[in-house]
Amino acid sequence: MRRVRAGSAALTVLAWAAALLLAFPLLWALLTSFKSELEALEFPPHFVSFHWTLDGYRAVLADGEYFRSLVNSLVIAGGSSAFALALAIPAAWALAFAPTHRTRSILLWMLSTKMLPAVGAFIPVFLFYRDWGLLDSKLGLLLLLAASNLPIAVWMLFSNFREVPGEILEASRMDGASLPQELAMVLAPMSLPGIASTFFLIFTLAWNESFWTLNLTTAQAAPLTAFIAAFSSPQGLFWARLSAASILSIAPVLVIGWLCQRQLVRGLTFGAVK
Amino acid sequence: MTARAVAKRKPAYLRKHGQILVAPAVIMLLAFSLAPLIATLRFSVTDYRLLFPDVTGFVGLANYRNLIANPDFWPALVNTILLVGFVLASTVAVGLGLALLLERAVVGKSVLRLLVISPFFVMPPVSALLWKNLLMQPVSGFFAWLASMAGVPAFDWFAKAPLLSVALIVAWQWLPFATLILLTSLQSFDRDQREAATVDGASSTSIFRHLVLPHLARPIAIVVMMETIFLLGTFAEVLVTTGGGKASTNLAFLVYSQAMLQYDIGAASAAGIIAIIFANIVAFFLVRAVGRSLEV
Repeated sequence: MRRVRAGSAALTVLAWAAALLLAFPLLWALLTSFKSELEALEFPPHFVSFHWTLDGYRAVLADGEYFRSLVNSLVIAGGSSAFALALAIPAAWALAFAPTHRTRSILLWMLSTKMLPAVGAFIPVFLFYRDWGLLDSKLGLLLLLAASNLPIAVWMLFSNFREVPGEILEASRMDGASLPQELAMVLAPMSLPGIASTFFLIFTLAWNESFWTLNLTTAQAAPLTAFIAAFSSPQGLFWARLSAASILSIAPVLVIGWLCQRQLVRGLTFGAVK
Repeated sequence: MTARAVAKRKPAYLRKHGQILVAPAVIMLLAFSLAPLIATLRFSVTDYRLLFPDVTGFVGLANYRNLIANPDFWPALVNTILLVGFVLASTVAVGLGLALLLERAVVGKSVLRLLVISPFFVMPPVSALLWKNLLMQPVSGFFAWLASMAGVPAFDWFAKAPLLSVALIVAWQWLPFATLILLTSLQSFDRDQREAATVDGASSTSIFRHLVLPHLARPIAIVVMMETIFLLGTFAEVLVTTGGGKASTNLAFLVYSQAMLQYDIGAASAAGIIAIIFANIVAFFLVRAVGRSLEV
């Protein structure tokens, strides 16, 4: 028994070492964000015995660009996720509670649209957006990201709704509930956890999306991904500022991601791994 | 109305409303996937340059022939395959080891999961720039310090091995995904079965080979296919670190540079179609695998 315990202690230490190693780039960025620019570039580097300062954060926040990008990210990720849910909840209701001989092929077709690489759709979307004045617009990105996350939303909600007993919905129907009432007042409250985790997962995906957001925006609608990408110019030499901007850009979804990591597996594998 | 009449009416009610409710989602997806796909196909057989918008016309497969003759095409194709291959191999191998470790760890399991999953939630431009500057920069980066501790000269990552550098960054982003999925399926592995095998005197290596690995075959296949779909589109990591350059340009970046820097819509569309064909080979198997576990 003692050997087993010693073995699992060693494995635990090893697991912690591996996990810290994997998270190290983020921990290092967190430390660097509290350094002065001078100390950030110092060689050999200091781990904790440096002069802690908020100058990096102050520099990022003093620049109005950060707040505009933050608002754009919130609008684009939040709006696209809300819009995707508005389409996905009715669709998932139909697929879960009113199945037909076509349900299966509709679900698999939706999945297959997710397989279309963004570069395959990029050129028509770009030209169409250019002609319709949707380039560098939050609305354009919002619609695009809603469509791109729609299959994931439908699949996640579908597997959630199927755990709701259909009799309850039928009973509400017999009591005279209209379809909108059935969806909003019976189904939604019962599957609120599933709807919330679906929202957070597609919100995270939209927040981090870095093909469309970089290619379809220039200034007005540029979200945080574009704000950070601008650091690839010589500005990237300001390591403390780059680190502070990075931490400020990833913190919100990092927290959300930690909260709904369990749904992540189901959502991103379309229920194929449980 | 009696309950029976309602029950009788049910199929028609459900069929009608089901069609109405599923329609908006279907229309949205048609507009943003099927329509662009058809348009890309059409552009790929058209002579269409943004600088000469009036000169358009059907040119058959000329764009594809030009693309294959383009000196940037084959390196981009090879780079794409190398990038996807490296990231798949490393994330599955390391992810499997990490998942086995995490499953056995006894202290602080939830904090461990948080640490491991974190890189997945970092937006690509952030991870690319943090790695390029804070870690891989050859003068004062962290790896240069490690090298100096080991007494070897610092390696200039992006100058000497740009593709490998990008691949390492992308692998770091996708390792959590592989780990989390493999960990989830390890945890669903039947403990009774393992205990029975132990009682029967099976060694832990043979349990791993004959019970655990077969159980993981399916999740590994899913990881490989999901990652491939996303990895074929790797773009931001290339843009913010090397900004292209033959050594690190992949298919996705080639489409972007043909369209946005060369203004050649026809050639870019042909490259886009090649990317779609690659993705579809993988998608075919993925949709079949997912379809098997879908009970409708």
